[in-house]
Formats: sequence, C-alpha cells, structure tokens
Amino acid sequence: MMLSRVADALYWMSRYLERAENISRIMDVNLQLMLDYRGVSDAKPKEHWEPLVKSLGDEELFAELYKKTDSRTVTDFLTFNKKNPNSILSCLVVARENARSVRDQISLEMWEEINRLYLFIRSTNAREVWSSGAHDFYREIKQSSYQIQGLAGATVTRDEGREFTRLGRFLERADMTSRILDVKYHILSPGAGDAGSPVDTVQWAAVLRSCTAYEAYQQLNASDLVPWKVAEFLIFADSFPRSIRFCVKTLDSSLHQISGSATGFFANSAEKQSGRLLSDLTYSGIEDVLKTGLHEYLDQIQSRLNDIGLAVFENYIVYDLSDLEREIQTQQQQ
Amino acid sequence: MLFRNYKTDGFFDEMCDAKGKIRPHYRSLIAQFSALSKKEFDQKRQAVDLSFLRMGITFTVYGDQEGTERIFPFDLIPRIIPNKEWELLERGLKQRITALNMFLHDIYHGQRILKEGVIPASYVLSAKHFRREFMNFNVPRDIYIHICGTDLIRGDDGNYMVLEDNGRCPSGVSYLLENRQAMKRAFPGFFEKISVRPVDHYAADLLATLRYIAPHGEENPTVVVLTPGIYNSAYFEHCFLAREMGVPIVEGRDLMVRDDKVYMRTTKGLQQVDVIYRRIDDDFIDPCVFRKDSSLGVPGLVDAYKAGHVNLANSIGTGVADDKVMYYFVPRMIKFYLGEEPIIPNVPTYLPNEKEDRKYVLENMSKLVVKAANEAGGYGMLIGPKASKAEIADFKRKVEAKPRDFIAQPTISLSRHPTYCDGKPEGRHIDLRPYILHGEKIRIVPGGLTRVALKKGSLVVNSSQGGGSKDTWVLSGDE
Repeated sequence: MMLSRVADALYWMSRYLERAENISRIMDVNLQLMLDYRGVSDAKPKEHWEPLVKSLGDEELFAELYKKTDSRTVTDFLTFNKKNPNSILSCLVVARENARSVRDQISLEMWEEINRLYLFIRSTNAREVWSSGAHDFYREIKQSSYQIQGLAGATVTRDEGREFTRLGRFLERADMTSRILDVKYHILSPGAGDAGSPVDTVQWAAVLRSCTAYEAYQQLNASDLVPWKVAEFLIFADSFPRSIRFCVKTLDSSLHQISGSATGFFANSAEKQSGRLLSDLTYSGIEDVLKTGLHEYLDQIQSRLNDIGLAVFENYIVYDLSDLEREIQTQQQQ
Repeated sequence: MLFRNYKTDGFFDEMCDAKGKIRPHYRSLIAQFSALSKKEFDQKRQAVDLSFLRMGITFTVYGDQEGTERIFPFDLIPRIIPNKEWELLERGLKQRITALNMFLHDIYHGQRILKEGVIPASYVLSAKHFRREFMNFNVPRDIYIHICGTDLIRGDDGNYMVLEDNGRCPSGVSYLLENRQAMKRAFPGFFEKISVRPVDHYAADLLATLRYIAPHGEENPTVVVLTPGIYNSAYFEHCFLAREMGVPIVEGRDLMVRDDKVYMRTTKGLQQVDVIYRRIDDDFIDPCVFRKDSSLGVPGLVDAYKAGHVNLANSIGTGVADDKVMYYFVPRMIKFYLGEEPIIPNVPTYLPNEKEDRKYVLENMSKLVVKAANEAGGYGMLIGPKASKAEIADFKRKVEAKPRDFIAQPTISLSRHPTYCDGKPEGRHIDLRPYILHGEKIRIVPGGLTRVALKKGSLVVNSSQGGGSKDTWVLSGDE
C-alpha cells in the first residue's frame, strides 16, 4: 500500500527517464547515420528527419518552432528545447521533479544519480559537451539511465513502488519501440517500391540500433537484414527486453503484482486491457501485422498502451470515492 | 597555520578571549586544523559543497522562474560549546518551553494571567495569531508547542540571551543533521580525537514525540509529515525528516476528511491518519476555516482536529507565542507559572505601544533594532545604526501608526566566530537555534543550528539574507 500520488510520481519518473534514454539513443544513431549523407542535397536530411519527428508525435510544434528540417534543428528540438515537452531536457526536468517529490521512496544512491543527470543536462557545459561530440553527450545520458535502472534493482525494496516504477518504464519502452519501428513503416506498406536497396539496409540497422537490438537480432538471423524480420523481432521477440511483447508481458506482471491477482485473470480494467493486448501479441505473427499494415498495427498498439495507462490512473490514482463505506470497510479488514 | 593572523577586533569571540588567547574548549580543534594546509582545506570545502548539491540539500530561491535551487552555504569551522555551558542552556530552554505551554493553555482557557494583570489582556486579544475559535479546546496531552526553535545570541559580555521563540514551524533542523554528516565525511579524524556529543537521534526523538501525542493514545498511530509541496523552500527538510522517521510525506491533496476523520489516499484505498506533523502555517491548513484561497491545506481538517480524531504538531493557535510582543512577557510568564527566575534572559525590549517606551523608541531609533511583531526570516526589520535617514523616517511613521505591531531592542553586536571567508578565517557574527521537542519528556538535541552572517559586519544570519551555517559541537566534557 502506498500513497496514490507517490505511485503516480514513481510511474512518471520512470516513464520520463525511459523516454529521455530512448530519444538519446535515437538521436545518437541517426546523427551517425547522417554522416553517410554528407554533401548530398538538402532534400535528403529533410526526408530522413521528418518521419522521425512525426513518429515522436510533435510535428506541428516542430513546424512552429523551426523553418528548416535538418540535423541541427531536429537535434535542438529533441534535445535542448524547453518548449518541447518531450525534449530530453524537458523529460529529465520532469523525471527529477517527480523523483524529488518521492525522495523518501527511492534510495539515496538512485536519487543522487537522477539528480546528477539533471545537474549535468542543466549545466552550461552540457551544450559544450554536445558540440564537441554528440556521441559522448548522448552516451552520458544513456549510461546514467542504465545506472539508475541498475540502482533501482540493487538498492530499492521490491515492493509496490518498484512495480509502479517498472510499469512506467515498460509502458514507455513498448511505446517507444513501436514509434521507432513506425518511422520506417512506409517500406513495409503494401506496394512500396525501393525496399531492399543498400541504403535501406543501413536504415534498418539504424532502427535496430535505436532499440539496442542490432546484436540480438544478428545472433538470431545471421546478418540477414530483412525488413519484415526486423519488424517481427521488435514486435514479437519473446525474450528480448525491448520488444513490444516482452514489455507488455513485464508490465502485465507488474499490474498483477500490484493487485495481487493471478496472471491470466483480471481484477480491474487495467489488467483486463493489458491481458488482452498480451494475448493478441502472443497469438499473432508478422503475417497478421502485414495484413493490417504495419503503421495501422503500431497505431493500434500505441492507443491500447495509452488506454492501459489511463486505466491505471483511474484504478489507483484518482479512484471513484462514491462507495466510501465499502472502501473503509475493506481497509479495516486488512 | 590557518588561524595565525586571526583578529577579534574587540568583539566577543567564541574561539579567542579578549587577549586573543584561544579558549580551552577550542584548543584540540585548532591543533587538528593546524595540521592541514590551505590547499587541503580548500579541497575539503569544495568536496563538501559539491556533495550538498549532488544530494539535493538545497533550498528553492523564490521569485526565480527557473526554480533555482541553492545550497545553504556551509562553513567548515565548527562552533564549540563546552558541556557545562550547554547544560545551563538546556535547563533554560526547558524552563521556557514549559512556561510557554502553560501560557498557551491558560489563554485558551481561564486566562488567569490576563485576569491577574500580569500581561495586559489587550496584547493577547489583539495578537494576529490568537485563535478565538479554540477557546476551551483541550489539546491531547495538554501540549501546544511540540517542536520549538528558540534563537539564542551572545552579546559583548558573552552571556546568552533569547532573541526569539519559534513556536509554529521552526525550520533548519535538517541542516543541523546534514552539517554533522558532512563534517564527519570531511574530517573523520577530528571526531576520533575530540569527543563530540552525537545528534543523530533527533529523528527518533521527533517520532517518539509525535507518537506520544496521538489523539486517543493509540499504541501505533499513523504519523505523517504534511508539506506544502516540492516548491516550498524547506521541502528538502520535510522530506528528510519523513525519511529519517520512516513515515509518509503527504501533500494536502493526499488527505481527505470524512466524518471528521482524516484519511490518506493510497493505492489500496483510504487509510486513517492519527498525527500530522504539519509544516504549513495555520492560515493555510484548512480552506474551510482559514484562508479560502489556500490549495495547500485539507478541507475539513480543523473540524476533524476539533472532534479529537487527529492531532497536529504544533497545535493550532501557537502563533500567538511567536508574536514578538508576547516575547516581551515571557520572563513574566516564567515567574507567574513556575515561580522561577528566567535562566536565560531576554534581550532588553521596548514596547512602542507603551507611552514611555514609544517616546524612547522614536527618539533613539538610530541606535535600535526595530522589528515587526509578526514577521520572520529577517523581514520587516530596521537596524538603526545601519539604516539611512529615509528608512528611519519611514519606520518612525509605521511605528507611530501601529505601535502594537512593533518592538524595539538595543543593537546587540552578536558574538563572532572564525569563519572561512576570502581565503582565510575572519570573525563573523553568529547565533544559535536549538530544537526543543516536547512529548512525554522534553528533549533537546545537543547544540542546535549555528547560523552565521557571511557578509562582513552583517548582523543578519537568515538564509534568505545571505546567511550560512556551521556544525555545532557540544563537547562531552568542558575542554
């Protein structure tokens, strides 16, 4: 049992940390990829970055803030721009604010690392580090996020708070994986022409790297980089910790840990929805995805993940108090 | 090395006597410091500052859009109090909180002290924080002020005096505890050589105090810390205390009142709360009773409190004892209720509301410190000798218009303490805020928070006005 506000703060703290980590990885991978396009026409960078901004869901805001779409503007937008609520800076400010409001629930070690990361990105030399080498800059953020996850596992009590933290992280991760994959959906849409070109292979490798899945994929498929196999891996891989199915399985188990009900059953609307999504992911394959169309399929996943988040909010954070008497009685019986 | 050219400049100095000789209780410390080079000392200083920043031991600067957090400047040279001196202070502080609690009980019940003319009734009845709604209300265990921070200073002669009582939400105790931790990390060797009385049991004492005052004497009451939220300048402290006690820290929106009982909203439904250590002033605690615009409080909390289903620390209505005009009467309270002489005297004080005092205050304002009766944190204050003519004229007008709202005191040049400034130790003015807990027993953690005015010559030690702090050592012995 914990304060609803605390559960909410832990959930958002880890969601925003996960988001910052993913955006860092996406930026790192794509900036490196752009090195291959040096000297080509202006159209290429635009073509490369536009789907990415779109997939992260902020295209309108981006158009308002910048005239051009290139590496510089996209980097600024996704990294340092305070007006973008999903820039790395904004994510880390919110994550740290949430951590601060539940400082009594996380370990000193974990708090110090979150605070250190925040102080790093807020410091004036963060931009200097970036300009002297984007790779080192994003690496610092990713490393810190890994360290925070490690500390959460090594120094925090395995109680309900941990489950809300895990829930937030895996919900966000599933969502991010679906968005990263969605950037390349057009290649797998019916009637797409240029699939299979050399540039395309590089692009699919970048998608995998954005999910730290390149090596895991290669082990399984022996350097056979085929778009539909990449999609299959990132959606359905059973034991890869960033595949959508794995993430949903983990968050489903966290939901059951919180309520105490057995997996395979449901005690509230959040579990009902996560169980359904998990079962869909378990009993379908890439052919079903291709039939629906990858973009449409991923769109549905994102909206179902969103519904799970809302259901968690309604069940645990701002629950209905109309039946107060029963509520108090249940409470006293425990 | 560090202290070779240290000068007392004719002030009462904590470390050196009038002839510049080091006082016996500082000798071992100086011996320890002398073994350090300036470079080593500087490194320690930077390391301590960085660790405060990293741990987020900061306060929020108001009026800054970025929500800037600063560390509370910490000086590495500790202030030392010999045990015998501390024992005297401890007795004096216990005497004072006992009298203040008896006073609060009295004015909210029979008002004997007013009827017998010891304190003019008009002063109490006109006090801003006197809560008529609580007349004849019995607080659990009859304790009003459970946590008190009393500011002590030493004047030219080195005698301790009480400067003010903080009987509402005194803050700063977390700095006292963190300062000690920082000193132990920076100079572990010192603590092996010098026997300093520990302070870490504060949180355990605080929890014992809060449990003792549960409304129905519950054996294992649910205690929470109520904070205004993460943007409050003292949020770090609220969180620190909750963590150290192992109790939830809640905001107003986490609590709700039904049938005069207070519940917190948890992921498993509602759980009843018995004791609230509230770090929100009376005015903000319940929008139904006090300030309607407050979103920090809990609607219905005051009713639950009156119904006796929840207790608050400190009680509602203790602010009347914080009124600086009431401070003037504390020595009389001690005599009236306890039949004793005050062990620690007040600073001589004038009440402009009394005709003779007013004449004196208006004529001598340039020599006096004038304070608003209901302000804290160094606000609403005039330091005569440092004020411009215009400022003095302005305060004269204010005092004449509302004499009840002010007190005046002679300018006391607070004792000084060597403090590391501009690369060397220099004398800076200090005060001392001990924290007194009143539960089953009265407990005081040895020492308190020593605050230091870092600006040369300044007498204002408040953190909001350029003050810093020091670790405070009460020795197990006298040397």
